[in-house]
Amino acid sequence: MLEVRSLAVKYGAIQALHDVSLKVEKGEIVTLIGSNGAGKTTTLRTISGLIRPAAGSIVYEGKDITRLAPHEIVKLGLAQSPEGRGVFPQMTVEENLSLGAYTRSDHAQIAKDREHALSLFPRLRERLTQLAGTLSGGEQQMLAMARALLAKPKLLLLDEPSLGLAPQIVQTIFKIIRDINAEGTTILLVEQNAHMALKVAHRAYVLEVGRITMQGDAKELAASDDVRKAYLGGH
Amino acid sequence: MDQLLQAIKDSITIGCLYALIALGYTMVYGILKFINFAHSDVVVIGALSTAVLGERMLHKLAPGATAAWYYGPLLLLLAILICSTVAFTVERLAYRPLRRAPRLNVLITAIGVSLLLQNAGQLKFLFGTEPHPVPMLIDQTATIFTVLGVKFRWLDLAIIGTAIIFMVALDYLVFHTKIGRGMRAVSHDTRIASLMGVPVDRIISFTFITGAALAAAGGFLYALRYQTVTQPADTGWALLGLKAFVAAVVGGIGNIRGAVLGALAIACVENFGAAYLHPGYTDVYVFVILILVLLFRPGGILGKAVVEKV
Repeated sequence: MLEVRSLAVKYGAIQALHDVSLKVEKGEIVTLIGSNGAGKTTTLRTISGLIRPAAGSIVYEGKDITRLAPHEIVKLGLAQSPEGRGVFPQMTVEENLSLGAYTRSDHAQIAKDREHALSLFPRLRERLTQLAGTLSGGEQQMLAMARALLAKPKLLLLDEPSLGLAPQIVQTIFKIIRDINAEGTTILLVEQNAHMALKVAHRAYVLEVGRITMQGDAKELAASDDVRKAYLGGH
Repeated sequence: MDQLLQAIKDSITIGCLYALIALGYTMVYGILKFINFAHSDVVVIGALSTAVLGERMLHKLAPGATAAWYYGPLLLLLAILICSTVAFTVERLAYRPLRRAPRLNVLITAIGVSLLLQNAGQLKFLFGTEPHPVPMLIDQTATIFTVLGVKFRWLDLAIIGTAIIFMVALDYLVFHTKIGRGMRAVSHDTRIASLMGVPVDRIISFTFITGAALAAAGGFLYALRYQTVTQPADTGWALLGLKAFVAAVVGGIGNIRGAVLGALAIACVENFGAAYLHPGYTDVYVFVILILVLLFRPGGILGKAVVEKV
């Protein structure tokens, strides 16, 4: 469904990504784990068209999207819930949600999808008229995900959904990630919380200082010594 | 008492003019975070095209006679078309290539565009260097009612009414439509807005067009009120633009409702200063207020304390 081939990204003289290749098959949850500054967010931003790569290509459903503008990529069914949630604090929850459906004009279907998103995140329903900036961190994360779902994505990119959240809320968020996937949405999940990410994902890639250093079945990676030492705090 | 009433009336009328212009500054600032110095020149183009096209259409009109009612709206519409086209083109050719450039580069470019418009406008086949009289689009003396010797003319009503229609329409556009939601999203964070599928470049073009339409209305109403329009490089225009800009800053730059509030505040300061202090120093009052606001409330009336995002 998504194939990233030999991606290189440079910020001026600094090279952030070297030869990053990864694949996401339809129906999967694939996770990209790595420590702070490894280039995870850069990878997602490049896929979404926010950053132009210096080399390499991104193919989505057989189409080369490397040079498309971000809004055109969203239109193709590839939505992202950005790092740090990125909700619009001065807009209401309702307005944030309708921004998620910006590329769509099928009002009846949007209304249905909105209902569905709210059933996944019932706490948002009570807060529809509230300004997004007044929500708690966990609620903002839910809003960011619900908003991304309103783009009706075939492939959903999630950037650090657990960042800064209490463990209980992290559990809830990851359960919902599983539910979304079970309903047929493919997911590429970027996480620092390797423990949780490897639990929900089918396959995983490990990114270290801009390079993919390990990849494979999530369960196997979680059991491997290298990953346990570096990311799971094991001995 | 009559002096007070007169000052209030003038403040509202002039405030409306400033507000229409200030909105364009504030909208562009809200989205691109730079001061579009060429904005006041768009106002000038609106005023001058009203005068010049009006002269062309109405040259058969007897001196002192008032044109048929529909010439006003027609000229306003033409001014809007011309100004929007100019602003769209300027954004496309001068500002868009600098999207990723440092803000200072865009600012300097804006000054360049402003000079270009002023000088190109002086070309003979455009507006020339002579002042243009504005045909009588509305009877200047027709009075609706007089209170304490202060005349409320149809002209005042036309200016205030037109300005209010435009401001209400803008408020509706920005706060109750999809494209308005897109504008607010881009203004908050361009990157996240584009992740929502908001076509950022199209929204920016649209913002320039909307700002120019308001500027055109401002220019048109200016021509209606003052009846003579001076040439594009006249220093009076720079002052008008500067005052509207001050209004946007006083109201809280980037804030649409703030711009209207700031414009009314500036006009009050000017007119009450002229009525009760000294009529020769109106510009001084305006800039003193600017300095005070910048010193004690740098975010403006409706603005928040500015926290630079890292």
